[in-house]
Amino acid sequence: MVISMNSDKWIVNLVLTLGVAVPAWTQQAHVGNLTGHADSGKKLYRRYCVGCHGPLGDGNGENAPWIDPKPRDFVAATFKCRSTPTGTLPTDQDLYNSVSRGFTNSNMPHWDSLAPQNRIDLVAYLKTFSPRWQSEKAGEVIKVPPEPAATSQSIAHGADLFQKMECWKCHGQQGRGDGPSAPTLTDSKDQPIRPYNFADARDDSRFKCGVTNEDLYRIFITGLDGTPMPSFADVIQPNDAWDLVHYLRTLQTKRHSKENDVVKGTGHKTSASAPGS
Amino acid sequence: MPRRSLLKDHCKTVRQQMWRLLFIGLLLASFIAGTGERGYAIPAFARKYGLPCSACHIGWPILNNFGLAFKDNGYQLGNDKDSPIYQNPSYWPITFRVTPQWHLENTNKVGIDAPGTTTPSSEQSITTHGFDLSGLDIWTAGTLYKNISFSVLPSMAEGDAFHFENAWVRFDNLLNSPWLNVKVGKFELDNLLSEKRFLTLSNVGGSWFNYHFTPQADNNGFGGIGDNQIGIELAGHNQNSYSRYSIALLSSVDGNPGLTSAGQGGTSRTYDVFVNINQGFAVKGLGVQRIGAYAYIGQSPTYFLTSGGTPVEAKGNRSFSRVGAYGWWFIKDLDIETFYMHGQDNVYLGNSVAANDPGGLPQGAVGPTWNGGFVEAHYTVNPQFIFTGRYELVHMSRQANPALTPNLGNVDSFTIGYRWYPIMLSRAGLAFHNEYSQAKMGNLAPLSGTDEINRSLMIGFDFDY
Repeated sequence: MVISMNSDKWIVNLVLTLGVAVPAWTQQAHVGNLTGHADSGKKLYRRYCVGCHGPLGDGNGENAPWIDPKPRDFVAATFKCRSTPTGTLPTDQDLYNSVSRGFTNSNMPHWDSLAPQNRIDLVAYLKTFSPRWQSEKAGEVIKVPPEPAATSQSIAHGADLFQKMECWKCHGQQGRGDGPSAPTLTDSKDQPIRPYNFADARDDSRFKCGVTNEDLYRIFITGLDGTPMPSFADVIQPNDAWDLVHYLRTLQTKRHSKENDVVKGTGHKTSASAPGS
Repeated sequence: MPRRSLLKDHCKTVRQQMWRLLFIGLLLASFIAGTGERGYAIPAFARKYGLPCSACHIGWPILNNFGLAFKDNGYQLGNDKDSPIYQNPSYWPITFRVTPQWHLENTNKVGIDAPGTTTPSSEQSITTHGFDLSGLDIWTAGTLYKNISFSVLPSMAEGDAFHFENAWVRFDNLLNSPWLNVKVGKFELDNLLSEKRFLTLSNVGGSWFNYHFTPQADNNGFGGIGDNQIGIELAGHNQNSYSRYSIALLSSVDGNPGLTSAGQGGTSRTYDVFVNINQGFAVKGLGVQRIGAYAYIGQSPTYFLTSGGTPVEAKGNRSFSRVGAYGWWFIKDLDIETFYMHGQDNVYLGNSVAANDPGGLPQGAVGPTWNGGFVEAHYTVNPQFIFTGRYELVHMSRQANPALTPNLGNVDSFTIGYRWYPIMLSRAGLAFHNEYSQAKMGNLAPLSGTDEINRSLMIGFDFDY
């Protein structure tokens, strides 16, 4: 009888689970005055998360083959949504926010109906899957400077940056996620990945890592680790990043925003005819 | 090698392989049974979203907080993939549920006819038992489009015509607000403590008495807040469904289609109102606690205009009400439901007298009132194993006819049981269900007028796919 199994992967998972990963009963997570305990989180994980993320936290749950995008691999400990520099571990607050908020255009729902204690317990438990949490601390939280007012000048400058930084190559000139590079993009697991489509966003739409302008700013600076979206921390100044945020908002033509009001105030119908585009 | 020896060797090899397969099978079975770590849910939704079934259920079919939020949001996760256009075209959101079972039913005082007559002359304990089937539910539900959800549940029992247990369409998140959702059709009242989703199934314990109670000699056609009703509902909730409200305008027909009232054809002409509000709050280390209050205010006919002997219009409508409060308390893996109801029917309903015949009321007649409640606990050992126990009572506080004994119709009941889910795949599930339930019905013995006791013992396999 032959049991089909990727033996290398099996051994790696076994070693990580039994030998390297932090014991489930010792790992903690902290958000505000909440302290999460991994031993409590383990039961919750197996109730809510195991079907997608798998018993070993490697994203190979029983439903994973049918899910697009694939569930997060906690063993790799590469996380898209962080407030910390690219390549570093996220804070407990980042993970807590991700669990609470869920991820749009994925199978990951928002779990804010769980009690806060449950959510922080889950965060503590998912930190047991990777040895990185033993040897590394979370990166330093990136400060987001105050947002300047959105003006026609800032939007125009953002439009210039959109061209210069070649955002359009992935996101497309109209922000539809249909740039020339879009069909070739893959994530760190070689799974096809689609760039964010700004143009279809409506009032209730979200970004992968939040809904606010501040969240969008943070995405520029931190990047989305594990995806082709890089960090621009070293190549963009804060004011420029805000200008880019303002421009990107105008690509969301079906969404009400102060940026679109500015565009309308200049007599242009859409960002495509806005100054600088 | 002699042919016989070859055959012997072959048989030996086959036996070895069979033992090996049996061993592996047992190993797998014990692993599946022993993990206690996977979930179980309505497979139609599990198939759609790929979530473990336990994500939505404390123990199928009781919804947990996440399942409640999912339901409140119109069976949507809110991840921009809820519309069916994102599903594989072959996906059909359908689930069926049925329960093959063995059960025993006992009633301690049944009126037994005298030989050769149809008149009871003695009381006797009657016991029946055997293998049986439950009714069959075929449930389809989901979304027609983003923020337009639906449910259709045809249900039938052996030998019965099918009926719509529910059939509705709901417009969700109107004006982009979770506080505005409108549902039209036949639906379960927004009872946080849902009788449609509880754990007990036996003849005695398979419903909450409070949800269906009607006093003796009362002809109110309203079957109780446990019956699905036809109408329109406005409901809302906050983002995590901790704060919830609903208000429904319902035809006074107890959920019967065809404008029927109390089994009479085409007679409906009044409306009932059901209101429910509840609030959840997280208590550190314990879980999300919930409290709420509800009121059902309705009317029911006391007689009918007839044409050629056929009822054509309900007349003499008189009022009734069911009001109360409830709580759902969590202490980690133990949850306790507490429920209180005060019921009241108009004097004409309570005495089964037409409202245009006040002379027909007995001396000293009044509207009947009663109080009831239950405490039901569940202990979730793991998502695959859950214990349940319940004590429930309904006591008359005022009989419609002073000549009736004060305890007539009182109910005192308890139920204990457990459900074990040995098969818990995200596409199908099987529960091994064991339950014992007993109810004492006040002064209902047909001849002696003493208490009647009904007992149910049920062992079954509750499965859905």
